[in-house]
Amino acid sequence: MKMITKAVLLTSALALAACSNKSDFEGDDFVDLNANGANSGLDAGAGTGFEGTGGANDPTSVAFFQQSVGDRVVFEVDQSTLTEQGRLILDGQTRWLTTNSDYTAIIEGHADEQGTREYNVALGERRANAVRDYLVGKGVPTSRLRVVSYGKERPIEICSDEGCYAKNRRAVTVLAAGLSG
Amino acid sequence: MTLKVLIAVLAIFVLPFAALAQNGPLRIEITEGVVEPMPFAAPNFVAESTAANEFAERLARVVVSDLAGTGLFREVPRSAYISQVTSFDAPVQYADWKAINAQALVTGAVNVSGSNLSVKFRVYDVFSGAEMGSGLQFAGTTQGWRRMAHKVADQVYARITGEQPYFDSRVVYVSEQGPKDKRRKRLAIMDYDGANVQFLTGSEHLVLAPRFSPTGDRVLYTSYETGFPRIYVLDVGSVQRRVLESQEGSMSFAPRFSPDGNTVVYSIASGGNTDIYRMDIRSGSSSRLTSAPSIETAPSYSPDGSRIVFESDRSGSQQIYIMGANGGEPKRISFGKGRYGTPVWSPRGDLIAFTKQSKGRFHIGVMRTDGTEERLLTASFLDEGPTWAPNGRVIMFTRETQGATGRAALYSVDISGRNLKPIPAEGGASDPSWSPIQR
Repeated sequence: MKMITKAVLLTSALALAACSNKSDFEGDDFVDLNANGANSGLDAGAGTGFEGTGGANDPTSVAFFQQSVGDRVVFEVDQSTLTEQGRLILDGQTRWLTTNSDYTAIIEGHADEQGTREYNVALGERRANAVRDYLVGKGVPTSRLRVVSYGKERPIEICSDEGCYAKNRRAVTVLAAGLSG
Repeated sequence: MTLKVLIAVLAIFVLPFAALAQNGPLRIEITEGVVEPMPFAAPNFVAESTAANEFAERLARVVVSDLAGTGLFREVPRSAYISQVTSFDAPVQYADWKAINAQALVTGAVNVSGSNLSVKFRVYDVFSGAEMGSGLQFAGTTQGWRRMAHKVADQVYARITGEQPYFDSRVVYVSEQGPKDKRRKRLAIMDYDGANVQFLTGSEHLVLAPRFSPTGDRVLYTSYETGFPRIYVLDVGSVQRRVLESQEGSMSFAPRFSPDGNTVVYSIASGGNTDIYRMDIRSGSSSRLTSAPSIETAPSYSPDGSRIVFESDRSGSQQIYIMGANGGEPKRISFGKGRYGTPVWSPRGDLIAFTKQSKGRFHIGVMRTDGTEERLLTASFLDEGPTWAPNGRVIMFTRETQGATGRAALYSVDISGRNLKPIPAEGGASDPSWSPIQR
């Protein structure tokens, strides 16, 4: 129950943020987002499916982007080269961003803990840019994308095994409220 | 703790009052061969006024802690004492100290008047029955009593080892709280031994890798205050800060001062490429020093300001290079097996400290500036980010433990590889930067 409550808060915040600049955002998205949780498909180690109706199945929703399109790609150790699977996810992100042209995005690059702090900031930036360059190459305007690197500072998994490291070496496309003006 | 920083406004006046004694033969040569610590005694200082009573023991304890903490000295337990020192000027009973094998004796006296505190001390070579150097007196405030104890210990250390001292120094670092996936970080400053912790920032924004200026008055650091990593410079006295590098669309990090404090060398990451830049801190004008498509970061000046050591993965993995202060073709100096990063030039100019990753382990090590005589000082799951004591004999670094409950702590180690020990801290701590000796 505790987990669910947390997810509700997270998605509500996202929906609110989006809503403030998107007047046509449907109010009932709140309900649906809450029902489906905030985890992306790739991150669904908890194993909760999202077969429900509504928000996550509404292809214009943030939840849909996170869960069905996939908001992140992962990398090999010390690499910033996109994998085959990564490119497929980014093709989906391109289609989504092209359709939902009001959104901008910040691409967050991350590294696992095996590495020195400053090198990992640089490595995360490389990863975020690999994603940015791919999206731009597929036609997403550069003006809609920004990149940031957190290096090894923001792990989502906390064990010190490859199973955790593999999820932490990631670039996450975080949707932001619509283009100004 | 409040954000307000109380940097001791401590005027220290050094007054030689017995300038006659000559150096005795008592001497520790700090070499890799030194393994047996020198036994010494430091009885409670003599309180020369009632108000000084509370400081008489405390001052002696800090002096003992400083000296014994080097691993070069060992305190003779007080229970073994035959003589007590009840008067600073009474003749020393050398036979009594010889009998308990105290090779060095440190005596002191303290006087307190209002908020003013003065400390005087003498060092004796017990076995040759002579004072070492001249007695000295330090005057300051009661609030700054620990600094005066460090000053006394610095003098004792310098006289016996012939080395520059380092006890009256501070460390700026990142204080950490919370689990790995919800870690909160803020800048903090403390005495070199972990005492007098003061926070310089709140923990609402991620901060990384603070670096002291050459005079210890300012700190460079990286903050995510804007959502993107940017370099800030913070005045330690006023705790006022300003953004230094805020080029739109790029990230800046890994700053360090030049030895004259006028220039900052740092990295900018943009378009998937990280290079090294430098900036005149007053005019804000900057120039680019490297232009390879690889990652160039973690720059550190040589003490004379003529060269910069940095890390680059241009060869395919992190390695250490040296270039001129104006850029130009760098020369690779690390050739061992593994990855080398975070190089820091020693204040003596002779060594480069670094982090090495090899076979899944992390090491702090040192090598000569031409890359020879590599020596690994530590090994653990994750050691990184060395910083030099002002005298170039000791290195402090971050050690992080493994697993879901992993946390970071500060450790120090001699450049001989001996005397590895944790620095006491509340909560987690990382990214230390050691100040120069305080004036």
